[in-house]
Amino acid sequence: MATFEEGVTPDQTVGPGGEILENPRRRDYLLYAAPAVAAVGAGVVVLPLVNSMNPSADVLAQSTTEVNLAAIEPGQAIKASFRKQPLFVRNLTPKEIAEADAVPISSLRDPQTLDQRTKEGHKNWLITLGVCTHLGCVPLGAGEGENRGPFGGYFCPCHGSAYDTAGRIRQGPAPKNLEVPKYNFTSDTVVTVG
Amino acid sequence: MSFPWARHYEPKNPVMKWVDDRLPLPRFVYNAIGAGYPVPRNLNYFWNFGILAGLSLVIQIVTGIVLAMHFHSSAAGAFESVNGTIMRDVNAGWFLRFAHANGASMFFIVVYIHIFRGLHYGSYKAPREMVWLLGVVIFLLMMATAFMGYVLPWGQMSFWGAQVITGFFSAIPVVGDWIRIWLLGGYAPDDATLNRFFSLHYLLPFVIAGVIILHIWALHIPGSNNPTGVEVKGEQDTIPFHPYYTAKDGFGVGVFLILFSILIFFYPDYLGHPDNYIVANPLSTPAHIVPEWYFWPFYAILRAFTADFILPAKLWGVLAMFGSILLLFFLPWLDRSPVRSANYRPMYRIAFWVLVADVLILGWCGGSPAEAKYVIISQIAAAYYFAHFLIIVPIISRIETPRPLPNSITEAVLGNEGGSRITATAATA
Repeated sequence: MATFEEGVTPDQTVGPGGEILENPRRRDYLLYAAPAVAAVGAGVVVLPLVNSMNPSADVLAQSTTEVNLAAIEPGQAIKASFRKQPLFVRNLTPKEIAEADAVPISSLRDPQTLDQRTKEGHKNWLITLGVCTHLGCVPLGAGEGENRGPFGGYFCPCHGSAYDTAGRIRQGPAPKNLEVPKYNFTSDTVVTVG
Repeated sequence: MSFPWARHYEPKNPVMKWVDDRLPLPRFVYNAIGAGYPVPRNLNYFWNFGILAGLSLVIQIVTGIVLAMHFHSSAAGAFESVNGTIMRDVNAGWFLRFAHANGASMFFIVVYIHIFRGLHYGSYKAPREMVWLLGVVIFLLMMATAFMGYVLPWGQMSFWGAQVITGFFSAIPVVGDWIRIWLLGGYAPDDATLNRFFSLHYLLPFVIAGVIILHIWALHIPGSNNPTGVEVKGEQDTIPFHPYYTAKDGFGVGVFLILFSILIFFYPDYLGHPDNYIVANPLSTPAHIVPEWYFWPFYAILRAFTADFILPAKLWGVLAMFGSILLLFFLPWLDRSPVRSANYRPMYRIAFWVLVADVLILGWCGGSPAEAKYVIISQIAAAYYFAHFLIIVPIISRIETPRPLPNSITEAVLGNEGGSRITATAATA
C-alpha cells in the first residue's frame, strides 16, 4: 500500500522499492468510474419501470383461444376474440379461393399468396386478426350482411382500406395484409389460435 | 426583471414584510403579475388570452381533482362510474363532469386564439423565441393530456380513439409494433391502458403548470409584445400590470365565464360525440371515428396521405401530423422579417388570414367522414399549411416592403402630435 511521503503528490505512487511512480491517470479513472457506476445504477432502476408497462402476466395468459369451425358454412365468417382483439374466421367459397388465386402477386402491396396465408389442406379457412393494419379499426365483412368492400373480402370504414378474399390489402391507406396469427388445426373442425 | 423604471416592492403590511424578508414570494408575485411588471400601454383584447389559458388550466385541475375522487379506473367500471355514478348519483357530479369536458374545449379555443395572436403580431420573433418554443411545448403537453382524458370515460370514441392514436406508433419501422404494445400494456386497449392513461392524465397538467412558469419567466425578460410590434422605448410606453391589465383581464374573464356557462348549462354535449355514450366494445368499430374537435385539423393532415411514396402512406401521415406541430418550433428562424406586427406587413397579413382559413378548412375536413372529396380538400389544405411555413413566410420576409413603423408605442397610441409631446415632456423631465 502506498504511503504518503514527502515529495509525493496525489498523482504519484510509491513503488515497492521506494521509487516514486508517476500515475496521473488515477484521478481521471475515479472521475469517470464514479459517474459510470451511477449511470449504470440509474439504468438498472429505469429498466423495471419501463418493463412494468409491458403486457403483464395476466394479459399474456389470455394468449390462446380455441375456435370451433363446425358451424361455419362456406361463404360465412365469424368474429371471435383473441388477446382481446377481434379474430376473423372465414370459410371461403371455391369462387373466392379462385378470385384470390387469380391475382398476380407482383401487383400486391404486401405480396403473399392465399396458400401462404392458410394451412395446407385447409385452404378454405382464412383466419386473420380483425384489426386493420392502418390504425387498428375493426374492418367490416365478417358479420352477416356487412359491406365487404370492392374486393369481396373486408372493408375498413375508418379510412377506407379494402382487403380481398385472402385478407390482403388492395386499396386504401393500410400498409399490410390482415395479420395471420399462429394457429393449428387440433382436429378437422377445431383450431387453437396462439 | 424587465425595465429599470419598474416599481419596487415595498410591503406595507408588517406580516408581508416579515415573509418577504425570509422568502421573497410576495415580491415575485408583485413583479410577475402586480404593479411591478410594466406592460406596453396599447395591448388589445387579444392579450387577454394568456390569462384565460391559465384560468382554463386552473379550472381543469380543480374540477379534475374532484372528479378523480369519484372515478373508477377499470375497463369494467369506468363507463359506469362516469355516466352512472358521477352523472346521476354524485352531488353536482353532472356539473363537474360537464365543466371538465367543456373546460377542455374552452382551453383549446383560448389557446388557439393565443397562438394565432402570436402569429399575427410576431410575438415569436427575437427576443421572444424562447417564449414561443415553451408555448409549443405546452401545446404538445395539452394535446397529450386531452387525448388521455378523453379515453377515461371508456365509451366507444374513447376506446377507438386510443386504438387509432396508439396505432400511429405502429407506423414506426421495425420497433413500431413493440412500442404500441408497450404503450397499451397489451394487444388492445384494456385495463392496463386505462390505468396508465389515468395516471398520466393526472400528472401532465402539473407538468404544464411548470412549463407555464418557465413560459412567463421567459416572457418577462424582454416584456410583453404589443399590437405595433415596436419595442418599449421608455417609461411613457408602459403602464403597470396592476391595476390596468388585471382590470382588463378581469373583464375578459367575465366574458369567458359567461360563454363557458352557456356551454355547460345549455349545450353540454354540443362539442361531444354521441357514440361516447355507448360503452367501449373492442369487437365493433363505430362507422365514423373522429377525435375531439380540437384535433380535427391534425387528423385531416394524418388522413391526407393515401399513396405510398418510398415510405408507406401511413408513416407519411403520422410524420406529417407530428411535423405540422414540430414545424412551429422553427418558425422564429423561418420568418426573417425584422417587423413583428402584421399590421405593418401588407403581404404577411394576407398570408396570415389565408392560414387561418386553411386551418379552419382542415378542421372541417378532419371532422368529416373519409370520403374522396374531403380527402382531396384535406390534401390541398395540408399542402398549403406546410407551404405557408416553409415557402410563403420565408419568401414574404425577403420581398415584402413593410409599411412605416411608428417611432414608439406612445406615438402609435396618441398620434404623431401627442406622441412627440409626451416624448418631449419625458425628455425635459
